[in-house]
Amino acid sequence: MKHELRIKAAALLMAAAGALGVAADAAAQSSKEIFVPVLVYRTGAYAPNGVPWADGFVDYLKLVNARDGGVNGVKIAYEECETGYATDRGVECYERLKSKHPVAFSPLSTGITYALTDKVYGDHIVLITAGYGRADSVDGAVFRWNFPMMGTYWDGADILVQHVKEKGSLKGKKIALVYHDSPYGKEPIPVLEALAKREGFELLKLPVTAPGVEQKATWLQIRQQRPDYVFVWGWGVMNSTALKEAIAVSYPRAQIYGVWWSAAEPDVVPAEMAAKGYNGLALGHSAEKDRPIHKDMMKYLYDKGQGTAKDKSEVGNVLYNRGMLSAILTVESIRSAQKKYGNRVVTGEEVRWGAEHLNIDPARVKALGVEGMLQPVHTSCMDHGGSHAARIHTWDGGSWSYTSELYKSEPKILDPMIKASAEKYAAEKKLPIEDCGKSS
Amino acid sequence: MIYRETGQFKTTYASDQQLFPILQDRVFVIGALAFAFVAVPFIASDYMFRAILTPFLILSLAALGLNILVGYCGQVSLGTGGFMAVGAYAAYNFAVRIPQLDLLVIFILAGLCAAAVGVVFGIPSLRIKGFYLAVATLAAQFFIDWAFARIKWFTNDIPSGSVSAPPLEILGYGIEGPQRKYLLVLAIVSLAALVARNLTRGAIGRSWMATRDMDVAAEVIGIRPLTAKLSAFAVSSFFVGISGALWAFVYLGSWEPLAFDVNRSFQLLFMVIIGGLGSILGSFLGAAFIVILPLVLNQLPAMLGIPLSTAMVSDIEFMVFGALIVFFLIVEPRGLARLWAIGKEKLRLWPFPH
Repeated sequence: MKHELRIKAAALLMAAAGALGVAADAAAQSSKEIFVPVLVYRTGAYAPNGVPWADGFVDYLKLVNARDGGVNGVKIAYEECETGYATDRGVECYERLKSKHPVAFSPLSTGITYALTDKVYGDHIVLITAGYGRADSVDGAVFRWNFPMMGTYWDGADILVQHVKEKGSLKGKKIALVYHDSPYGKEPIPVLEALAKREGFELLKLPVTAPGVEQKATWLQIRQQRPDYVFVWGWGVMNSTALKEAIAVSYPRAQIYGVWWSAAEPDVVPAEMAAKGYNGLALGHSAEKDRPIHKDMMKYLYDKGQGTAKDKSEVGNVLYNRGMLSAILTVESIRSAQKKYGNRVVTGEEVRWGAEHLNIDPARVKALGVEGMLQPVHTSCMDHGGSHAARIHTWDGGSWSYTSELYKSEPKILDPMIKASAEKYAAEKKLPIEDCGKSS
Repeated sequence: MIYRETGQFKTTYASDQQLFPILQDRVFVIGALAFAFVAVPFIASDYMFRAILTPFLILSLAALGLNILVGYCGQVSLGTGGFMAVGAYAAYNFAVRIPQLDLLVIFILAGLCAAAVGVVFGIPSLRIKGFYLAVATLAAQFFIDWAFARIKWFTNDIPSGSVSAPPLEILGYGIEGPQRKYLLVLAIVSLAALVARNLTRGAIGRSWMATRDMDVAAEVIGIRPLTAKLSAFAVSSFFVGISGALWAFVYLGSWEPLAFDVNRSFQLLFMVIIGGLGSILGSFLGAAFIVILPLVLNQLPAMLGIPLSTAMVSDIEFMVFGALIVFFLIVEPRGLARLWAIGKEKLRLWPFPH
């Protein structure tokens, strides 16, 4: 008797699973809304940094719908998909959401970006990787569908070296790179090695195994070697662990520089005052909380209880702002596409054109309400990044403040490297290289 | 009554020893294969191919390999993710360094590389058993992870460490699009299942099962533990290596070492445990369960109209997953394959109960 019940239960379970699986992809997509998928990670080792980014992104999409009634009257539909920073879950989310005709993906993971770069060619979906992704995808002739807007890791590495060079010649000095052992962490190495040859400093590469909670050995090595500067290229709990270990080996925080993904509140708050003096790259923005956009967020979302963040004080944090700016770039690409193709639901192809012809000038930045947070973005076929500037901000124990002026990365060093890497990719994948002079 | 084998008399040894001696079994299996090969490519949607069928088939091949090792030979292994990685990177290196090779040859060579690595890491099994062997294979997993992350030669000196597969092509016939990829994977997995079934039915399979049941007694009656255990590791790693190459080339397209980390090993072990140890069908049932369950759990709240945040859904997924594993181990430790066998037993009498 018990056996029979068991079989029936199991059979029912599997039948239900099968039915739901089939029905899952038949979700109807309203043809009157532009669909923007949101790949996030709210669980796992990278959640402390993934959550504010996701909140910022979703909040801006909600704001566009609530405040402006959509993009030129066309509302935005969005759906979150949890990836946990895992490449295969990211690919699975991509496949699942593809049937809803998305226009642009922002995976917030360099690993997932690498995996999706191969797929978007056939699927005609834009990949907007604002502040991350493949550095060589700046070359739009090869990477037609990738847009690493606001800046790439090669820009960041070059800018960091420019900044520390101002403190004194780097010849004979030692710079350590503590990096997350993943495509994200390994991205800056080619540029740093090229700069090491040029400037005469020694580059010490110290990989940290993902997720990065074990760094005692790394920082003991740093204590032995005594590099003049330490660049941190971490993510998630690796950042806060790195700072705590630096404090434990008494390495002066003022000599530590984090990339823009390693210089946010979740990284320094666990160490609080002890992290004072830690510097980070600010990708055009820091933790501004008082711009018109934040006031709009409060007025249209949080005061009505519609905000995504669990705590109002998260609005305006570094990563919240970055997620918000990612969404702004996505929406502006859609708007740019609509300018040419009409105020309707635009397709992925059209948004690609829009992203490639994006022109966010200072006047538009001000109109968006993010003055001082976003550098003007001007994309083109040759330059899918649109902007390659950043500055340094420093943690003073309680908040971030800018401690340098704006740097721009040097095209002389980076352009040949980008071109070479892009051409190698095109040859490997047998892709056609677009002629940028011809495309409109 | 449906499943009665009355009236089916065998007159030759060959027909008595065939793979599916009962007519109903033959009809069902051949029908299912025909459906999978002929009908499914036309009726299933792109999403079904890309997100459900292809990963299910590739992971069931890996589960098949692991089942041979854990279920048939009794050697607990937590290094399956690492062997998948060996297959994937071996295939990548062959494809990049010797581009003239055909894709199928590349997969077989990748399987052979994984088999060689599997034999090397299976040597400890000659001295240690059970839990301790699991730890030794876990060491294999971490060592292989480290090797592919650190040794630049394996990733063709790509600075980011993320490698991507070249376009797939067999004998000049391009394998693009979800249907062709699905058919390629289905063909490879069906062939592998046939080979595995025949191996486990033969002398070598019996030596594995003897080693599993009581290895000292097996040694006493003349089964060499070295050949039995290392052949299990070799055959298992061969299948796992091919599935790793398929996972990387056909499903992911572009991957980094973290794609084959210890979580993958655990996932495959759970597939084999839930599906049924020591059963070919069990590998498939376990893989289906584990591939489909997260998708169901993700879609269910939306279907029922309960809005849940993605974080909540992801956490519930872990909880339900774990609870179901515990449930299965208590209620039916021999897994879903046993439930299937009980179903067939009942079908012998239905609809005439005692």
